[in-house]
Amino acid sequence: MTPRWVLALLAPVAILLGGARAPILVPEISQHRVEVRQGFTGADLLLFGAILDPGGTRAAQDYDIVVVLKGPVQSIVLREKRKVAGIWVNAASSELRSAPSFFAIASSRPVREIVDDKTAAIYELGLDRLQLSPIGAIDPARQRHFADGLVDLMQRQGLYREDGHGVTISGQVLYQARITLPSQVRTGTYTAETFAIRQGRVITSAVTRVDVSKQGFERFVADQADGNGLLYGLFAVLVSVGMGWIAGRLFALV
Amino acid sequence: MDVYLPIANLAVNGLVIVGLGALTGLLSGMFGVGGGFLTTPLLIFYGVPPTVAAASAASQVTGASVSGAFAHARRGGIDYHMGAVLVAGGVLGTGVGALLFRLLQALGQIDTVINILYVVLLGGIGGLMAHESITALRAQRLGLAQPARRRRHHPLVASLPLRWRFYRSGLYISPLAPLLLGMATGILTMLMGIGGGFILVPAMLYILGMSTNVVVGTSLFQILFVTMATTMMHALTTHAVDIVLAGLLLVGSVSGAQIGAQFAQKAKPEQLRLILAVIVLGVALRMALGLGYRPDEIFTVVPL
Repeated sequence: MTPRWVLALLAPVAILLGGARAPILVPEISQHRVEVRQGFTGADLLLFGAILDPGGTRAAQDYDIVVVLKGPVQSIVLREKRKVAGIWVNAASSELRSAPSFFAIASSRPVREIVDDKTAAIYELGLDRLQLSPIGAIDPARQRHFADGLVDLMQRQGLYREDGHGVTISGQVLYQARITLPSQVRTGTYTAETFAIRQGRVITSAVTRVDVSKQGFERFVADQADGNGLLYGLFAVLVSVGMGWIAGRLFALV
Repeated sequence: MDVYLPIANLAVNGLVIVGLGALTGLLSGMFGVGGGFLTTPLLIFYGVPPTVAAASAASQVTGASVSGAFAHARRGGIDYHMGAVLVAGGVLGTGVGALLFRLLQALGQIDTVINILYVVLLGGIGGLMAHESITALRAQRLGLAQPARRRRHHPLVASLPLRWRFYRSGLYISPLAPLLLGMATGILTMLMGIGGGFILVPAMLYILGMSTNVVVGTSLFQILFVTMATTMMHALTTHAVDIVLAGLLLVGSVSGAQIGAQFAQKAKPEQLRLILAVIVLGVALRMALGLGYRPDEIFTVVPL
């Protein structure tokens, strides 16, 4: 039994937070560890969960759900080719401090129909809303141009995705979204953030994490290549000389 | 057969890579060139990051040239003295190449420079080879005796100071000439992932004027050591050598090289050279078009 004074204390908080009682969001993800091993061709992640009223019943109103899966951010240089004297060369560049290496957003309806521009910008909802933190003073039009270029490039590589109907909600309680990680994803900690939105406002959100890491042989190779260059190089040389020599010997027998 | 490449961070079809290795190995066995000039662009086309492609192609060339070098060594076709000078130059060259690689990468012009180098070098040498083999074939058909070329090195080589005797090559020239030549191929190997054989062989014949029976063996000897140095240099600086990718390429190329070598014994050398010239010119043309046409990707991402 909850003492009455606790409820009395919590009431104003609840009103401040949501205007009404905030629903409870229970997010889950089909796997919290993605292991990159030999034969890895990508992973299919199922992001699912439930929205409930604080009382534990099904939510009384319709909510929209937006799920964002974001890979580790990296500092990058984005270069743009232009035609100079008849040939295409890298002519302009922009440094971006926080470009996500992977970004997939799925929602129950297209994001534009769910929230206004300001809210979308605050919560980074949408590929055109990424906060890339460009370095140095760049005028907004140029910044937009580079951001569009990056999104277009990454989309065609399968690393950025936006699906306006990727979340299905059943019985106003359960939601699920399927997001595919392609094989060329970077390793690191991925965050899956779920937003419950009603009438253009984010009512509640929750974060879960997915750890993408190389394991076994792949991990060993990557570690050696980065941390033990001399031995790794010697080994590579030995392998290539050895294989060439063995092939020569074998074919001499034929 | 899906294979995950741990350094390139990408899954590829292993059989495609082995096939690619076999194709370039076949070329290298038939024509005595490394075949790297074909591997690197094809790997990039397949989606492998350019640095990883260049770094891993170098070890493939090592494998392909080993058995050839052994074969030439057995029949005394290597001038070790000359080879050592070329290798010394080549190793210096890979060091210079690594610095250049970094500089150009920082400037963002590495792709353009590599493309232009490919067009100029492949176009020039392919053209020369085509011209030479066509005249030779025509002379044979008409039954003319081929004009005997007077073996003599380039006047610039003669003007360099300090002279050494290279017995097997039949030369008394300054070691600076092969040193500089080796350096140039070392730089190219580092930048383009090619062995440099198709540049080295004509240069040894026409600039240094080495005797023909040691040219191919000595060139293979130099390529062997320079690609080994390149692999080491990449392993230490760019960390971009993908051992799985290199292994797959090697499986294909070492067997391809053996089969190619057997083909080569049956065909006429002029015809072989003409075929190689056509392939080299084809790659150069493709690269030249790539410079002029609007590329598929206007934007490129480089980690900071």
